[in-house]
Amino acid sequence: MKILVALKQVPDTETKIKVAADGKSLDPADVKWITSPYDEYALEEAIRLKEGKGAEVVALSVGGDTAKDVLKNALALGADSAVLLKGDGQGDAFAVAQMIAAYAKDKGFDLILCGNKGLGGDNAAMGPMLAELLGIAQANVIVKLELGEGTFKAEREIEGGSEIVEGALPAVITAQKGLNEPRYASLKGIMAAKKKTIEELDAAAVTAGAQVSALALPPERPAGRLLQGDASQQAQALLQALKDEAKVF
Amino acid sequence: MILVFCELKDGQIRKPSAEALSEGRRLADASGKKVGALFAGASCAGAAEAAKFGADVILTAEGATLASYSSDAFAQLLADAVKAKGATVLLAAATAVGKDVLPRAAARLGAGYASDVTGLSMADGKLQAVRPVYAGKAFATTTFASAVQTATTRPNVFPAAEKAGAGAVETLAAPAGDFKSVVKEILAKAGGKVDLSEANVIVSGGRGMKDGANFKILEELADALGGVVGASRAAVDAGWGLPHSMQVGQTGKVVSPTLYIACGISGAIQHIAGMSGSKFIVAINKDPEAPIFKLANYGIVGDLFEVVPELTKAAKAMGIGSN
Repeated sequence: MKILVALKQVPDTETKIKVAADGKSLDPADVKWITSPYDEYALEEAIRLKEGKGAEVVALSVGGDTAKDVLKNALALGADSAVLLKGDGQGDAFAVAQMIAAYAKDKGFDLILCGNKGLGGDNAAMGPMLAELLGIAQANVIVKLELGEGTFKAEREIEGGSEIVEGALPAVITAQKGLNEPRYASLKGIMAAKKKTIEELDAAAVTAGAQVSALALPPERPAGRLLQGDASQQAQALLQALKDEAKVF
Repeated sequence: MILVFCELKDGQIRKPSAEALSEGRRLADASGKKVGALFAGASCAGAAEAAKFGADVILTAEGATLASYSSDAFAQLLADAVKAKGATVLLAAATAVGKDVLPRAAARLGAGYASDVTGLSMADGKLQAVRPVYAGKAFATTTFASAVQTATTRPNVFPAAEKAGAGAVETLAAPAGDFKSVVKEILAKAGGKVDLSEANVIVSGGRGMKDGANFKILEELADALGGVVGASRAAVDAGWGLPHSMQVGQTGKVVSPTLYIACGISGAIQHIAGMSGSKFIVAINKDPEAPIFKLANYGIVGDLFEVVPELTKAAKAMGIGSN
């Protein structure tokens, strides 16, 4: 069994967002870059499959030199090899999907795992686009995965519950929080990873889909009002204000 | 044409779909285009309602093979309909199905895709989208390079506006079957309440709730206000037995209700990112310095264990939940 895990480098959730001088991208100063948390669930699932049934796990990221950190971490956690596709991994999901599809199409992967969305861009699009470009099955926002002989059974989060999706391998499965509890890298893993090399390839040329033409901070919210009195008075005043001023009810 | 994929539930158009369709109508009026509403399922009974939200054409694909959702089958159906009608814009609501099928259909069409958008307009005959990124900490204006443009609309943001359309019904052939994946079973959560992402009122609890069992008072308030209960990451990760499906924040659900009541939530950036799109925010916290107050339209500095039950009592007395 051969598994590809696609990992995206994203700004840490605590990052204060500043717009760069070009008016359409993130100011990279002070940004701490991490592996997208949803991709960590994808990687953990791949490593568990490797430990359980035996599998070869290839970690992949699209980006520049800094994205190597994500791949080094994946190697330390148990990926067998790592590939960096040199290209813009932060932009259009359709472009990234085409780059990964061009790499993966003749490699014989049985399973492709990634996060259900890249934190920050929040497109939740790369996985299903990749599945379509490769002409294979998809299951998104997955909290439980079972593999059979050439098949998968996955539990997917939906509004008000979940649903069971069954399909044929190969497939793109996108991970959701709850799928597993990612491990930390061991010292042994970190040392072993240092001996491994990251294969660097130029990303394939792609057709553009959508692009960000402007990035802006949200408008400031109007100043609020504190409600006075004891708990009962505060409660009354709040509901009255929501009814009369905000017209929520 | 602007084609809008719509979902039915119990023979009625789902509210997020009605919102997407209404927005499609508005965009069509602004650009001199027609609007098509596309339905697929074992039965499309109820699809005629799309005319109320401005559909000029109602496309229905009915058949046993469409009884259960299949990503690849539905994506193919959508892409084929776009090609058959010469549509240049494909929309759907950013529901579980909408977010699953639209990117796949977009890739099939070689089209760009903007997900979970909060604003749409037409510029020079092409779609332009505004969408929250970094979980609402910034907004990205998205433009398209592709001939077909696709987007999903965030629930609770676009008004579902009634506007009569011609509603001429056309039927599409259902695909033959043999799909790559298919939904076999739906496991409903107990209670069957509306999902956080679609809720109009959310009562949310954080670390200040002290224990999972204490969320009962939030349930009672939510019931009185006709809302649902959410939680901060701190509460979900505290080992109180709260499911992560309750989590509001950057790594949880991003919500946009009319009213968000934050109880015992300090307002970490992570949490704010998930709920700052709420129309009205109420903060209840005993710490007057809690960052959540900077965001709140109304703040109550006090003990939530006293204030929340009083709110429930007052809401019932005012008969708020009944309308």
